[in-house]
Amino acid sequence: MELTADKIKELVVKPENKVYTKTPLLTDKTLSYCPGCGHGVAHRILMELVEEMGLENDTIGIAPVGCSVLAYEFMNVDMQEAAHGRAPALATAIKRLWPNKFVFSYQGDGDLAAIGGNETLHTCNRGENITIIFINNGIYGMTGGQMAPTTIPGMRTSTSPYGRDVQMMGYPLKMTEIVAMLPGTYYVSRQAVYSAKHVRKAKKAIKKAIEAQLEGKGTSFVEIVSNCNSGWKMTPVKANQWLEENMLDYYHLGDIKVDGKLVKEIV
Amino acid sequence: MAKKVQGYIEIDKERCKGCELCVVACPKDIIRMSKDVNAKGYHYAEFFNPEPCVGCADCAVVCPDGVITVYRARIEV
Repeated sequence: MELTADKIKELVVKPENKVYTKTPLLTDKTLSYCPGCGHGVAHRILMELVEEMGLENDTIGIAPVGCSVLAYEFMNVDMQEAAHGRAPALATAIKRLWPNKFVFSYQGDGDLAAIGGNETLHTCNRGENITIIFINNGIYGMTGGQMAPTTIPGMRTSTSPYGRDVQMMGYPLKMTEIVAMLPGTYYVSRQAVYSAKHVRKAKKAIKKAIEAQLEGKGTSFVEIVSNCNSGWKMTPVKANQWLEENMLDYYHLGDIKVDGKLVKEIV
Repeated sequence: MAKKVQGYIEIDKERCKGCELCVVACPKDIIRMSKDVNAKGYHYAEFFNPEPCVGCADCAVVCPDGVITVYRARIEV
């Protein structure tokens, strides 16, 4: 039998053969992110896990300020909007008032590492039983690609046009390693979403983070190294290649703290 | 009669932003960008050759906008 495209479609496209589709926990609104932005993937894996773990009625998310400021428009769960950088503080309050809910904050690097560095450190140090998802693209994407605390050395941004000079502008802040050193964190991991393999790994890491919170173990923190193709002035495909070749030398992927114990030497 | 695993993907072309990440992710190279544009003016992704597709879902997993639906079945050929 000769298989034509129409014949294959007729044989395969049936509801019982569906293996992957957008989760209903993402709304049908078009994402406000640029084409190829890692935020969309991060939103999707987080909401897929909420759906798979049956938490859709018991989840409260905190949206940050930054590119993902409208996360509450896209995630079809209960959401709160926090003041800039204050998402962990708001998550603390919500978790203390609703200890049986799954509470997560979803923050970018400008929100979590720059203006919210203080809240993040103290929340992790207190060991608040929340999950923090940290999207690190090394730039202030929303405001036009300025240098962020997480910008890697030598990286060109609109406020460091000759590349980040560490003598003058300091070194990138590795928030994930810093919070891993704090006694309050239980699970700390750094993942990426630039390829299918890494997306699946990141999903497993976020699952571990959710489980840690459901068991009441302390703060769980997952960093996702992401791209910012418009801020980096590259095509999405080039941006992912650049990420793999440059960002990952500085931001090593993998679990840093598992079950409250450091599993990786911090450098 | 031999059995084979056959995949098929459907792309919601109006939601596609044309980032091309699925084209790079596809191990069988059976997704390409269309010559036409959608209502938003993006060259959307196009599934042009279903025969080699095994339904691995890599394209859907990397799609930031979640526009790809994947089907997989064992069919007789």
